[in-house]
Amino acid sequence: MTEVFGVPVAVILGQLMLGLVNGSFYAILSLGLAVIFGLMGIVNFAHGAFYALGAFAALLGLQWFGINYWAALLLAPLAIGVLGIVVERLFLRHLYKLDPLYGLLMTFGLALVIEGTLHQLFGASGHSYPVPAGLTGAFDLGFMILPIYRAWVIAVSVVVCFSTWFVIECTRLGATLRAATENAPLLQAFGVNVPLLVVATYGGGVALAALAGVLSAPVVLVGPLMGNSLVIVVFAVVVIGGMGSILGAIVSGLALGVVEGFTKVIYPEASNIVVFVIMALVLIARPAGLFGRE
Amino acid sequence: MQLRTLTIGLATALVTMLGASAVSAASDDVVIGDIDDLSGTYADVAGTGAVEAIKMAIADFGGTVLGRKISILVADHQNKPDIGASKFREWADQNGLNVLFGGSNTGVNIAMSKVAAAKKIPFFALGPGGASLTNEDCTAYTVHYVYDTTALANGTATTIVQNGGKTWFYLTADYAFGTQLQTAASKVVEANGGKTVGAVRVPLAASDFSSFLLQAQGSGAQVLGLANAGEDFSNSLKAANEFGITKKMKPAALLAFITNIHSLGLETAQGLYLTTGFYWDLNDETRAFSKRYFAKTGKEPTMDQGGYYSATLTYLKAVKAVGTTDSDKVMAELKRTKINDMFAKGGYIRADGVMVHDMYVMQVKSPKESKYPWDYYKLLKVMKGEEAFGPITGLCPLAPK
Repeated sequence: MTEVFGVPVAVILGQLMLGLVNGSFYAILSLGLAVIFGLMGIVNFAHGAFYALGAFAALLGLQWFGINYWAALLLAPLAIGVLGIVVERLFLRHLYKLDPLYGLLMTFGLALVIEGTLHQLFGASGHSYPVPAGLTGAFDLGFMILPIYRAWVIAVSVVVCFSTWFVIECTRLGATLRAATENAPLLQAFGVNVPLLVVATYGGGVALAALAGVLSAPVVLVGPLMGNSLVIVVFAVVVIGGMGSILGAIVSGLALGVVEGFTKVIYPEASNIVVFVIMALVLIARPAGLFGRE
Repeated sequence: MQLRTLTIGLATALVTMLGASAVSAASDDVVIGDIDDLSGTYADVAGTGAVEAIKMAIADFGGTVLGRKISILVADHQNKPDIGASKFREWADQNGLNVLFGGSNTGVNIAMSKVAAAKKIPFFALGPGGASLTNEDCTAYTVHYVYDTTALANGTATTIVQNGGKTWFYLTADYAFGTQLQTAASKVVEANGGKTVGAVRVPLAASDFSSFLLQAQGSGAQVLGLANAGEDFSNSLKAANEFGITKKMKPAALLAFITNIHSLGLETAQGLYLTTGFYWDLNDETRAFSKRYFAKTGKEPTMDQGGYYSATLTYLKAVKAVGTTDSDKVMAELKRTKINDMFAKGGYIRADGVMVHDMYVMQVKSPKESKYPWDYYKLLKVMKGEEAFGPITGLCPLAPK
């Protein structure tokens, strides 16, 4: 078998593939965070909790109402997005004039409340969500067995990330959104309803987290803490990409998934810290992040 | 500037999280403390169900001992050894703690056992697996009650090697428990003519196991030894199924609780061999206890939760027998008397602190074989206590070989 630096090519390709799958989750999650931070200046620590809520919405939808995966893919982000809007109206809107620290503490507290409630209601050990019919089975790629569902995750992630990027960077709506972040009072003077834009942005960002939750439901057990460790990594991804940079979030999400995958082969013990080491290095070299504006 | 605020915010948030819940107890009560993972990955293994089991035992005992009320203190160690140890110290100094029950997580329990030795307070390790608690980390006040890594390996690994699984690759949780479990299992495997071909150490609570599983598959081993626990065990087995690895390799659940099997479902878990210290559906006594427990919690008890009930009774009986809560007298009584209840028959606490009792080698049923809710295991073998926990190793100074 061909080898590169003593590692078989098949193993490298396999890890590359798995890294992309994990990177897809990072990308969707960090995208939501970047959108919320970029347009609202809120460090949304409740992102992991909304991710878990998305997965629970899919699970309970299936168990209680027989809503299948495909419908859940649309309905769960909608429902959780609406919940996000309620949160924004009730709590976050009071914090915009204050230091970003307040938003962080607010959302962090919210995450604890959401995760605690889920834990109280559904226990800690998690629930199985079946892989949807039509996506079961696996591709034999020669160098590895890739479950069809994981390939689907990559595809959805690419489509979602690209569409979000396109809407924000290349459409009139996106231009208005970006204008709102630059100078909200001026835009309001032009007759644009800025508060509506802000609330829609938060709802949209939260819906992205919920979508990632639904996507992950068939892959891992659905439990209250599923977003807990993920959110910290995703924050690091956003910092590396550049706080608020859409493209940065997508690219660094996918790239760090791959880097982490290789670490799992070379030095597995470090696989949960490699992202933070990279974050530290990036902050030293480019404090605004790889894609951030200085 | 944003990053600085982020750091300050995080620090503030973490500090606020440290405050654990504790109900203050009057000093003339007999005080039982329970420090466990109440909110993390192991929270369903013992957790609030275990607290319920303690309450049931206290009620069954009559609510008082030596004419004193029995009260409970509970705290969440969040899987952090320093939190567990400092909470234990605080209760010992301020709340008149008489006995401590340690829940899940070997690392935290090792830290707490040091406090038990310093404060001279009986310490029942009920949730952790690490056998070092009664070997190099043993103390005169430690009782390791429910199961340990030696017993798990002697049950599960022996059964699998004898059924032809000779070459093993381990997926090991990267902390005290995982490495001890892997060491114990590989010893058993090698003693039975098998061998270890590789191992990968996985950080606790990893979000994805597929990379590690691919490495396991690449090793060509016959058996995938899962030396992890809780959600990590469930998620790694689930991914192994998804990637078709379980078709070529036989998964070995070196530690699985009934709650894990319940989460995974029999479709995924069927055929697994595992070793347990207790099963709700073993006999009329366990069924009677489990029925009462189920009425309160809506779940069947795990072996830890069954162990909490038994340990509470065992401690209270010892206090009653010696007529005092004096730690040294209670410990002497504990090591003198046989334990007979719904959890253990003829169990006894050895000089090194191991509670020697029968362990059960089980196989998970297929969906077809399962006839009623929670009907998950078939009993393959009852391992006598001595066989399960093995001879005294001599590593604990209290128990020379």
